[in-house]
Amino acid sequence: MDIDLPTVWAAIIAFAVLAYVVMDGFDLGIGILFPLFPERKDRDVMMNSVAPVWDGNETWLVMGGGGLLAVFPLAYATILPALYAPLTAMLLALVFRGVAFEYRWRSDTGSRRWDLAFFGGSAVATFAQGIALGALVQGISIENRAYAGGWWDWLTPFSVLTGAALLAGYALLGACWLVLKTEGGLRDAARRLARRAGLATLAGMGVVSLWTPFLNAGYLDRWFGWPTIGFSLLVPLLVAGAAFGLWRGLTRGPDWLPFVSALGLFVLGYAGVGISFYPWMVPFALTIHEAAAPDESLAFLLVGSVVLLPMILAYTAYAYWVFRGKLRHGEGYH
Amino acid sequence: MFENFDAILLARMQFAFTVAFHIVFPAFSIGLASYLAVLLGLWLKTGRPVFLRLFDFWKTIFALSFAMGVVSGIVMSYQFGTNWSAFSDKAGPVIGPLMGYEVLTAFFLEAGFLGIMLFGRERVGRGLHFFATLMVAGGTLLSATWILAVNSWMQTPQGFAINEVGQFVPVDWWAVIFNPSFPYRLVHMVLAAYLTTSLVVGAVAAWHKLRGRDWPEVHTMFTMAMGMLVVVAPLQILMGDLHGLNTLEHQPVKVMAMEGHFQSHPDGAPLILFGLPDRAAQTVHWAVEIPKLSSLILKHDLNAPLDGLDTVARELQPPVEIVFWSFRIMVALGFAMLGLGLWALVAALRGRLHDSPWLHRAALVMGPAGFVAVLAGWITTEVGRQPWTIHGQMLTADSASPISAPAVGASLVAFIVVYFAIFAAGAVYILRLMGRLPEVKDKDLTGGPLRSAGITPGPAMEAQDGH
Ligand code: HDD
Ligand code: HEM
Ligand code: HEM
Repeated sequence: MDIDLPTVWAAIIAFAVLAYVVMDGFDLGIGILFPLFPERKDRDVMMNSVAPVWDGNETWLVMGGGGLLAVFPLAYATILPALYAPLTAMLLALVFRGVAFEYRWRSDTGSRRWDLAFFGGSAVATFAQGIALGALVQGISIENRAYAGGWWDWLTPFSVLTGAALLAGYALLGACWLVLKTEGGLRDAARRLARRAGLATLAGMGVVSLWTPFLNAGYLDRWFGWPTIGFSLLVPLLVAGAAFGLWRGLTRGPDWLPFVSALGLFVLGYAGVGISFYPWMVPFALTIHEAAAPDESLAFLLVGSVVLLPMILAYTAYAYWVFRGKLRHGEGYH
Repeated sequence: MFENFDAILLARMQFAFTVAFHIVFPAFSIGLASYLAVLLGLWLKTGRPVFLRLFDFWKTIFALSFAMGVVSGIVMSYQFGTNWSAFSDKAGPVIGPLMGYEVLTAFFLEAGFLGIMLFGRERVGRGLHFFATLMVAGGTLLSATWILAVNSWMQTPQGFAINEVGQFVPVDWWAVIFNPSFPYRLVHMVLAAYLTTSLVVGAVAAWHKLRGRDWPEVHTMFTMAMGMLVVVAPLQILMGDLHGLNTLEHQPVKVMAMEGHFQSHPDGAPLILFGLPDRAAQTVHWAVEIPKLSSLILKHDLNAPLDGLDTVARELQPPVEIVFWSFRIMVALGFAMLGLGLWALVAALRGRLHDSPWLHRAALVMGPAGFVAVLAGWITTEVGRQPWTIHGQMLTADSASPISAPAVGASLVAFIVVYFAIFAAGAVYILRLMGRLPEVKDKDLTGGPLRSAGITPGPAMEAQDGH
């Protein structure tokens, strides 16, 4: 049997990006919510709730980018220049928020500054990622194996909308994470914020979904043609289910339910993007097979990935397990 | 702004700037991670609290340096695509999988176990905590291995073919990874990281010694650092020599630039100690030379002929001025490190390792020498490869993205401003921590905000789970 390596790799990369979005999503969300918590001790708890895992979360971003270079070099070589400005902004923003995790504890006078850096970095990185997604959905122009557009092409009302929607979405993930990991007043505040962020996220998903089919006839076909219309009908139903779980979890119920429901929303939204894309790597310009590296490259990396990815997932799960449970104010301080 | 600049030049400046910032942190993290593992191992074995205190002291510094390494590294992994997209498209099938393995075997390993290493000692028990520390240290070494395989392949490429769309495609992975310069570069770089770290540890100890703090921690640090130095410095010089011979075989033009040999010497080339290379005039002004020594070093024969840059077309010559000087800086620092190590050895043999203020002053001054040598070494390697990105195969001029100069220039300025602000703050915090050993001693060092950062202590956790 012949394995279609490019398709296998597209699935792996898609998984890595999804893993990134949900995992770094909640810790970026914590940063986005930072200024809404005026008490320093609350912010301490918030940051501590992600301190042991954020680096692992962000590694999925390197996996997504590095993986793209390895297995879809042409996609890497055209998408990244097309998104030059938003990606540069994202990288710089990630610098700010990444060092804030350490710097904030190292200075008493400067800690406000690093709180601001943590917030600003998280928000800008999220917005830039949303813009990148929107710009990609719109499509980018490629000629002769190179990006052929200008360096402001990514900026459109649609991409600004996806940026804003992602801000709401990550804020939702962050708030739900806090509901899961904290208690008392902090958790109550997180619940209230999660409700608002949840509404904003659903609104954002709705508008983006309605808008996408009109960006390009290809999408219209995909969503309203046969047999894919089946998905089009199913996805909103599932989204409604997840939204119900979220609402329920945020009003009366168990603290894990909102986070799981929010994850559900993200997975569904992501699946929607996937349906729009397949079999394109860059919509309507570059297919998965055109972008793929030769089979020798794909096979070489796949051999290791099959063994290593399960191991990575296992020890990542273990790291989360070690730091399970609720955090309390000032706990572990001297 | 930047309309009159050359986009490729700006992209090169941006790459050089960001990678030069990045490499500073790995050079320190690789050595420090191993040092931490050793300290923890010694504590587990001997039970002497001094080792645990040192572990906790350096762990906090490690966390800071590591965070800076991570964020500057993520920038690097995207920069190939944003600024060097033609290179990425063409070379991606060969170097991409190697970097993919770096992510899979090294970055996830470091990141996955870092949290446990920093925050989890009480949560997971000593054995597992030690295991996590070993995984972090191993991860840094694996990371160096893969990325140096990539870089070495760009210096001495082999094991590939070119396909119909002009991409480099792998033919023999073994040959790609174990390309001729890889073993030398790997050993040289890892030794460089160990040297860098031991010089920093030694300088911190020396600083406290000079302030009269004669504590067991300070003694232990100084002894360990100087011991490491005296072993590794000579090894590094030996390794550097072998590395140079290998380069002579595979990238002779780079060696001509390092040596400043514009002219060919059919019967024994001189070693130019100092001088001012001038590419326009194709000569070295005011050269101070030792006749025939270069042939002796490079060919082990006083009269061996050596080709010079006069055998190379002008446009294929690297920027000789830079390479000539960066190489001399590295070598001079290498010998200075050896000198410090020998001085410490003599002092130790005479039983005066811990009360020789001049030795301590020298150790303090040499604290940053490792970083400077590492940067000088990389500049020699990379600038000496010019004008090629992939030696002999792909020119730097053909590697860049179709991005206009204003875009590259604006992002370059942004990187410069942000990096200087952020990393200067980080350097201040690190120096402050290094200077705080006394407080470390007053307080019970199992505490401190870092390790305990919001972590429920084990017993409380169990009680809670029991509900
Ligand atoms: C000799 C060693 C070495 C060299 C030459 C490089 N790196 Fe590096 N890198 C490391 C050694 C290292 C490390 C020791 O593994 C780091 C430093 C601190 C850390 O967090 O891991 C790291 C971190 C690091 C990270 C963050 C990993 C994470 O999320 O945990 C990325 C993405 C890169 N690097 C990428 C690069 C690229 C694209 C380079 C080439 C231009 C590069 N590094 C040169
Ligand atoms: C980490 C330490 C490194 C330092 C300090 C360093 C330094 C430099 C410098 C100074 C340049 C500019 C040379 C010039 O344009 O004259 C450069 C270019 C470059 N280096 Fe490195 N380098 C390092 C590692 C690497 C590694 C590990 C890789 C490969 C993975 C790499 C790939 C490149 C590429 C692609 C360029 C741009 C194209 C070029 O100018 O050749 N470098 N580097
Ligand atoms: C004194 C003896 C030394 C000699 C003869 C020597 C030799 C060399 C040579 C020939 C290269 C370039 C290889 C190439 O590009 O193909 C190089 C690179 C390098 N050197 Fe040294 N070196 C010495 C000391 C040091 C020291 C003390 C350090 C740091 C602590 C150091 C760090 C580096 C680094 C990081 C590189 C770039 C990576 C590489 O190509 O390995 N070197 N060295």
